[in-house]
Amino acid sequence: MNKVMSNKWIIFLYTFPALLLIGVLIVVPLILSGYFGLMDWDGIGAMEFIGLENYITALQDSKFWESALHSFLLALFSALSLIAYLAVALILASKIKGANLLRKIYLIPMLLSSVAIAQLWIKIYNPSNGMLNSILRGLGIENPPTWLADPNIVLFAIFIPIIWQYAGFYILIYYAALKNIPESLIEAAKIDGATPLQIALKIKVPLIMNVFKVTIVLSIVGSLKYFDLIYVMTSGGPNGASEVMASYMYKLAFASYDFGYGSAIGFLLLIITLIVTVIIQKLTASKDKIQY
Amino acid sequence: MRRIGYILLYVALGLVGVFQIFPIIWLFMFSLKTNQEIFAGNPFALPTDPKWENYLKVFEGGIGTYFWNSIWITVVATVLTILVASMATFAITRMKWKFSGLVLGLIMVGLMIPIHSALIPLYNMFLNVNLIDNPISIVITYATYNLPITVMILLGFYTTIPREIEEAAIIDGSSIHRLFFRIIMPISAPIMSTTVIINMIYNWNEFVFVNTFISSDKFKTLTVGVQNFIGQYMTDWGAIGATLVISVLPIIIAFLFFSDKIMEGLSASAVKG
Repeated sequence: MNKVMSNKWIIFLYTFPALLLIGVLIVVPLILSGYFGLMDWDGIGAMEFIGLENYITALQDSKFWESALHSFLLALFSALSLIAYLAVALILASKIKGANLLRKIYLIPMLLSSVAIAQLWIKIYNPSNGMLNSILRGLGIENPPTWLADPNIVLFAIFIPIIWQYAGFYILIYYAALKNIPESLIEAAKIDGATPLQIALKIKVPLIMNVFKVTIVLSIVGSLKYFDLIYVMTSGGPNGASEVMASYMYKLAFASYDFGYGSAIGFLLLIITLIVTVIIQKLTASKDKIQY
Repeated sequence: MRRIGYILLYVALGLVGVFQIFPIIWLFMFSLKTNQEIFAGNPFALPTDPKWENYLKVFEGGIGTYFWNSIWITVVATVLTILVASMATFAITRMKWKFSGLVLGLIMVGLMIPIHSALIPLYNMFLNVNLIDNPISIVITYATYNLPITVMILLGFYTTIPREIEEAAIIDGSSIHRLFFRIIMPISAPIMSTTVIINMIYNWNEFVFVNTFISSDKFKTLTVGVQNFIGQYMTDWGAIGATLVISVLPIIIAFLFFSDKIMEGLSASAVKG
C-alpha cells in the first residue's frame, strides 16, 4: 500500500502538468517582467540593456506615483466599506425573514463581467441621458455633475460600481461566518440581559474577527490590481484622474509600445502588492486563536 | 419600539437590494426601448412597445461568433483546469512524498500575484511561439491562472477522503490510475461541480487576456466583442443594452439554477486565511 502511494513516477506524472503550466505561464513571466524592466525595448525590435534606468525613471515619474496614489485610495475606500458590508451582514444574520433571498440578490452584480458592469455604469453616469442624472433632474437638481468626465469626481464615481460589484461577495462571507457562531453563546448573552446591539458588537463581531481580517487583505490586495472596470469606464481619464497602476502599465506597453518601461512598472506592481500583502498580514495577524 | 426597529432594518436591507438589482432591471428595460423613449427621461418607465428588433440587430451584427467563442473557450479551459488540478491535488493530498508542501506552496503563489505583472512577458512568449491571435494562448492561460483557486477548493475535500477507500482499492489490485479516475474523481463530483461553475464564471467574464492576445474578430470572446459592438453602435442605446443583456444572461440564468453551488464556491475562494 505505502509503496504504491509513494511511487515517484506516479507522483511526477500527476503533478507535472500543473507545475509545467504554473512554471511556464506564471513563474517565468513574473521573473521575465523584472528582467525586461532592465531593457530599452519597443516589444518588436532588439532589446538594449540599460540597467536600472527604467526603475529610476519610474521612481521620478509623477504619472506613476499618481496612479499608485489612486490605487491606494481605492484600496483604502474598499477596506473602509467592509464595515458597511459587515453591518448589513449582521442585520441579515439576525433571524431576518427572506435573508437567503436577499443574500442572493445582493450577489448578482458580482457574477457579471467587469466589462458589462463598466458599460452599464457608463450608461448610468451618462450626463445627459443616464439613469442617475435623469433621477437627479426629476428631483429638481438643475445641473447634476458630469461624473466620469469630472476629474474631481471620477475616482469616487468609479468606486460606486466597485461597491456594487463586491458588496454581495463580502456580505456572503460575513453572513456565513456569523451563521457559524454557536447559538448557545448568543442565548447565554441574552439571558445575561445583553441588548441586540451589544450582542452584535461585543460577541458576534469579535468572534468573526479572523474572517474580517482575511477580507481586509483580500480587499486591499484586490484593489491594487484593479484594471478591467477602470480601463473600460474611463481608460484612466480624464487626463489621468482615474489612472491606476495596472492601467498605466497597460498603456505604456500596448498603446505606447514602451515594453521595457511597462515591464518595470509591472514588476513594481508585483513588488508593491507582495509588500502590502506581507505588511497587512503582519498587522492583522492574531496571536490567539478564537475557540468556541 | 422593537417593531419600529425591525421595520427600519427591513427598509435598510430592502434599499440595499434595490441598489443591487435596479441597475440590472434598468438595463433589461432600456435594451427594449428606442432612443426617444430612453432620452425622454423616466428611467422607471416600462418599455411602451418592446423593441425586440434591438436584439435582432445585434445578432445580425454577428454577436453569435463571440458568443460561440466564449462558450467553447470557457468549456475547454474549464475541463483542462479541473483535470490538471484534480491530478495535482490527488498527488499532494493522497500520496506520500517529501515535497508535497513545497509544490502546494508554489501552486498557491498564483493566488497572490497581480496578473498584469505577467502580461507583457506572456505576450512576448506567445508572440515568439506564434500563438498570438490564436485561441490556444487563451485556453492555456485561463487553465493555468484558474489552477490555484481550483486546487484550493478541491484540497479541503480531498484531505477528508478516508484512507480505507484507497486501501481497499489497492488490495483489490487496482492501479493508481484506476483508483484516481474510477474512484476518487467520481466521489469528488460534488466539490468538482463547485469548481466547474466557479471556473466557468471566471472564464466567461475574463477580459484582459483576450484583449491583449487576440486581434481577429473571429477569435474574440463576448467581453471583448461587446467592446467592439458598443464602439460601433455609439449612440444606439437599445442595441448597446441588447448586447450587454446577451453577454450577462447566461450567467444570470446559471445563477438561478446553481446559486448554492456558486455561493459555496465564492465563499471557498475567500476563506483561505
